[in-house]
Amino acid sequence: MSENPDATPAFPKLTRPLDGRVVAGVAQGAAAQLRLDPVVLRLAFVLLTALNGLGIVAYAALWMFTSSETADRDRGRDWGQVAAYGLVGLVLAVVALLTGAAAGGVATWPIAVGGIGSLIMWQQADPGRRQRWMTTTVGQVRQKWVRAGLGLLLVVVGAIGFLAAQDQLAQAGTGLMFTAVVVGGIALIAAPWLASLWKELQKERTERIRQEERAEVAAHVHDSVLHTLTLIQRNANDSREVLRLARSQERELRNWLYQPRQDADATLAAAVRRVAAEEEDAHGVPIEIVCVGDCELDEQLVALLHAARQAMVNAAKYSESPVISVYLEIEPDEVTLFVRDRGKGFTLDDVPEDRMGIRQSIIGRMERNGGGARVKTAPGEGTEIMLTMKRTT
Amino acid sequence: MKTVRVLIVDDHRLFRSGVRAELGPAIEVVGEAEDVETAVRTIAELQPDVVLLDVHMPGGGGQEVLRRVLGAGSQVRFLALSVSDAAEDVIGVIRGGARGYVTKTINGAELTDAVLRVSEGDAVFSPRLAGFVLDAFASTEAPPIDPELDSLTTREREVLRLIARGYAYKEIAKELFISVKTVETHVSSVLRKLQLSNRHELSRWATARRLV
Repeated sequence: MSENPDATPAFPKLTRPLDGRVVAGVAQGAAAQLRLDPVVLRLAFVLLTALNGLGIVAYAALWMFTSSETADRDRGRDWGQVAAYGLVGLVLAVVALLTGAAAGGVATWPIAVGGIGSLIMWQQADPGRRQRWMTTTVGQVRQKWVRAGLGLLLVVVGAIGFLAAQDQLAQAGTGLMFTAVVVGGIALIAAPWLASLWKELQKERTERIRQEERAEVAAHVHDSVLHTLTLIQRNANDSREVLRLARSQERELRNWLYQPRQDADATLAAAVRRVAAEEEDAHGVPIEIVCVGDCELDEQLVALLHAARQAMVNAAKYSESPVISVYLEIEPDEVTLFVRDRGKGFTLDDVPEDRMGIRQSIIGRMERNGGGARVKTAPGEGTEIMLTMKRTT
Repeated sequence: MKTVRVLIVDDHRLFRSGVRAELGPAIEVVGEAEDVETAVRTIAELQPDVVLLDVHMPGGGGQEVLRRVLGAGSQVRFLALSVSDAAEDVIGVIRGGARGYVTKTINGAELTDAVLRVSEGDAVFSPRLAGFVLDAFASTEAPPIDPELDSLTTREREVLRLIARGYAYKEIAKELFISVKTVETHVSSVLRKLQLSNRHELSRWATARRLV
């Protein structure tokens, strides 16, 4: 923190760092805020303690009101911190012995027990910690309750112990009874109100979540759908453009609604979908895609992808088919891809030698990469190109 | 030729009238319904041959209509017609008892063909549905509980692949050197497996696809 003051923003929020802390990170956090060496502040806290324990009070207050830095990983037990706690405890004990507070009799022990209990409870209240417990496993949630129970028990034992030590327990008994009756009565009166308040809060929460969701949908609809509709109205006399706009918007909306979120450059199925979408946009012919299975892209499959793109381009440009079907099947040892149109078809032998499309970009490319391509076509029968590639991974 | 009596169930009025206009002369539209309640009532009243059923509707959607009508022992045949091509919807409505699934982008002639096919008790698979079935039956993690129901034969796989590739039944028959009737038998058999298979993977697979 202090080694790199330039990296801190102008007004950083005061937090308690987890790394390099001694007790709770208060001094370190404050030092980072004030751009001082933490040692200076630690010393200041210790010295202030000499003034009627002001240092301890200040430290405790800062500890309570600043949140700890969020942990981005599981940290395990911090033995340095445990040692520091031990040292602080030892110092307190020595001070107690020297000042004679310990001689105050058995009464101090219940106070100490209660103090430890409340310390445990306060740790529970730390928002950062609570969040960590909420997001991790059920076991840890249970652990949280165990801790809370333990803390409560220690506080109660401390309080009873204190009363017992002062011989006030018998008198407190009647007082406690009275308190219990009053508190119980108030609880009974307030319970329905509290319950409705709780329900109201829950309702408000779900409502807020729903509103956020609605806002997201609205934003999406506005950015894409409304925009496209405007474009369609402007291009109303160009039927090809209208079709293209409508198709691309439909595709986008469908992806947003139904498709699992995919990284277009990571898996073959996603890459084929993207390529088909691009060619559909470029040529205005709908391309229907069906994918069975999926796998990671590798060099051979990228070659297959390029060949598939060329096949789609050919079908879109020359076949005059109203729709193109693409079918991709990924099996454990082989990938097969079909591009089919119901257009006018052609005779393979009639294609001039110098035309690069089919021979080079499709058949040649597949064979160079260890795969195969088969073209099935006849005039008037449409065309189907089948690409196969053995899987290496 | 006897006309096929059809009921259109969809909550969009514009879409209902669009479908009505597109269907061929062999089909008579006897009624329309716009939600689950009216659909269930009208089906019981009119006893149509085929119900064109939308998947997403207020009051439980197409699956609710299927559950209530088929649950009451009716023999009415359903063809699902939806804009959604989410696996969850497609598999869900087929397992609910629909005899086919087509998306709303289908053209009039194809839709007419599909309705006639369903009215004769055959199954109608869109390329995407065929893809879903291949995908769902492909996973071999758990051994099938009932081998007859839980796996596809080689021929059924071939037929489904061709459907997924965009082939019509007639083209499939030509490609595999079998009759159209045989293609229909294979598809119906796949439909039966899809509806009756206890492969719990099937439903799980369909929902899991959304949650990636």
